[in-house]
Amino acid sequence: MAHSKELREQVESCLAEGRWAQAHVRLGDFWRKEGRAAAANYVLSCYEKMKAHLPLVPTRIAFLRSMTVEPLVPILRSAALVQGIDATVHVGQFNSYAQEILDPASALYSFDPNIVVLAVQTRDIAPEIWDGYADLSEADAQAAVDRVLRDFAGWVRAFRERSNASVVIHNLEKPIASQGILETQRKTGQLAAIDQMNAGLRALCGEHRGVHVLDYDALVAQHGRTRWHDEGKWLMVRMPFAPDSMLPMVGAWLKFIHPLTGVVCKVLAVDLDNTLWGGVLGEDGVDGLKLGVEYPGALYRGFQRAILDLYQRGVLLAVCSKNNHDEAMAALQNHPGMLLRPEHFAAFRINWQDKARNLREIAAELNLGIDSIAFFDDNPVERELVRTEVPEVKVIEVPGHVQGYAQALRDCPFFERLTLSAEDRDKTQQYHEQRKRSELEQTAGSLEDFFRSLEQEVVIANVTPDSIARVAQLTQKTNQYNVTTRRYTEQQIAEFVARPDCGVYSVGVKDRFGDNGIVGVLITRTEDEVCEIDTFLLSCRVIGRTIETAMLGFLTDASKARGASLLQGWFIPTKKNTPVKDLYLSHKFQPISSENGATLWSLNLGEANIPFPEWIRLHVTNGSHRSNESRAQ
Amino acid sequence: MSQTVPIGPTNLVLNKVLAVATDVFQVPQSTLVAGSSPDTVETWDSLHHLSFVVALEQEFNVQFSPEEIEQLLSIELTTALLEEKLKGNGSSNGSGI
Repeated sequence: MAHSKELREQVESCLAEGRWAQAHVRLGDFWRKEGRAAAANYVLSCYEKMKAHLPLVPTRIAFLRSMTVEPLVPILRSAALVQGIDATVHVGQFNSYAQEILDPASALYSFDPNIVVLAVQTRDIAPEIWDGYADLSEADAQAAVDRVLRDFAGWVRAFRERSNASVVIHNLEKPIASQGILETQRKTGQLAAIDQMNAGLRALCGEHRGVHVLDYDALVAQHGRTRWHDEGKWLMVRMPFAPDSMLPMVGAWLKFIHPLTGVVCKVLAVDLDNTLWGGVLGEDGVDGLKLGVEYPGALYRGFQRAILDLYQRGVLLAVCSKNNHDEAMAALQNHPGMLLRPEHFAAFRINWQDKARNLREIAAELNLGIDSIAFFDDNPVERELVRTEVPEVKVIEVPGHVQGYAQALRDCPFFERLTLSAEDRDKTQQYHEQRKRSELEQTAGSLEDFFRSLEQEVVIANVTPDSIARVAQLTQKTNQYNVTTRRYTEQQIAEFVARPDCGVYSVGVKDRFGDNGIVGVLITRTEDEVCEIDTFLLSCRVIGRTIETAMLGFLTDASKARGASLLQGWFIPTKKNTPVKDLYLSHKFQPISSENGATLWSLNLGEANIPFPEWIRLHVTNGSHRSNESRAQ
Repeated sequence: MSQTVPIGPTNLVLNKVLAVATDVFQVPQSTLVAGSSPDTVETWDSLHHLSFVVALEQEFNVQFSPEEIEQLLSIELTTALLEEKLKGNGSSNGSGI
């Protein structure tokens, strides 16, 4: 990577020539090298010039705080911008978080945030426990704990009544124990009291949708309690952070901002030689590879463990390596030190062509956008090639020594998830089934024969508390087969469910190769005999199988039952949703108006009928996808 | 404290302080001189002062005490204090992290 002065010059010449995408990539390089307070304002000033030309994801973040966070704001905004997120930040008045939450007319609500960070410190909210614990009786200490938890519960409840925004609450940090070694000899104590409050916060988040805990205590501990703070700045300007704590703090916020804005990766593409194992397979042979439970092979095995953790979180894995295919597959299959095996991977590109092309092919094979791929390769030349050729791929900066690989991966915000559904855990299995389906498609005679041979069952169910997380996740992650691309939080889905004029349905698909789980969402709103389709989306795993026709067929019945005579829906074009462009046209809807490139389509329910695909069995249920109450076709 | 002191090419600390100030206060480097201070730089308010302080701490790998933070009232004073601190640290001009 070039020197930072050269990088600035490169950025500026890209800006002058209007090469925005390249300027974005070079600013990313600059930030990785110079990502500190001084560089932040420079990065921000560059983005001011080019923001309008880049496909950035906007978000609005409000900080409610009992500490000075202002110097961190430009750092946060810069770090988010180089990852494609344009954050507008509002910082609440110092220490007036409670008033801002409780007053519906406060600046917090007029800012209309997407994300609210509640950054309150133990020393402010529980001063008697932080600094004075020795004076407290056991009952006093318990009363303080109860009061803090009651306050948090009240604020969260009040906030939820006024806003749908996601909430990220810093949990409470522990001081260095003021009771000395006595602290851990008893059941109760200063640290135990803080543990109790943090357990209460965790439980509180479980009770409310879209409320999350940031483990601030673990963050401080990870970096060292004695090193995290700058007591001088705390006393002087109420800023607790030492200079070296600012980037880790910003990194911890970004880990929430990425999944909350949907800027996440679905695939990790990894190299093999000197990445998954030590050594070069073609030169050292399979027996010469460093990989196993002993040093030095244990370092690579440790990295594989970090990858396996992502796999269990629903991240798809792919191999992108320059090697002889058969030899590498044999090593993956048979090397006794491997934790990862071929079945953990959804795609392989083991060949001698360039990696940019291989990554494009992996995206096409998995039916995903190229921007959902993150790339991990020990070779800086390969990383630079990918960064330049396919700037959409998230290239992970790899430390100089394998010892740091696992942590580099764990620090990546692209793989953070706020929920884990059963579908996530089975994802690779579903792609293996998909591969078998594609093989079948190649052998089946006509398309109709193929559809029949799939033995598809579509289960359309009213959304229930069990399925809300998955349904919200689909609205946030589905880009291609999505007519309106409206993103909803779990809280917003729950509100649709509660409205009598709205229909909110999950769509599950099973076939002879397995259960795909919930792969589609329908949301409708009926008013004055017009049923409007607010959301119609389908995961790309199941498109091209006439399931969309079954869904529209269901909607015609459901909207008639609601007393509608017209079924209408907007198509709002995006860069990615061309696959769904002709959905309404091909089902005989008529275009009736258009606005900013979007088109409103309408179907007269009195005249038209959607011919139901005879090869799909449809089940309509009130709730559970397992119910068998079926509508005969 | 003169506003016309030319910037010596050999003064590494001063040049780095000027570069940090240029970024933090968002002004063209040519408008900054050794005597630039909160009185002459419009954007040098108390919040920017704090940002300036933490940026310097990161760039030079030092930490300022509250008393020192109150002394950093011009480019020249900042440079002098940093030179003193760096001498005390036995560190070079600190290329940061």
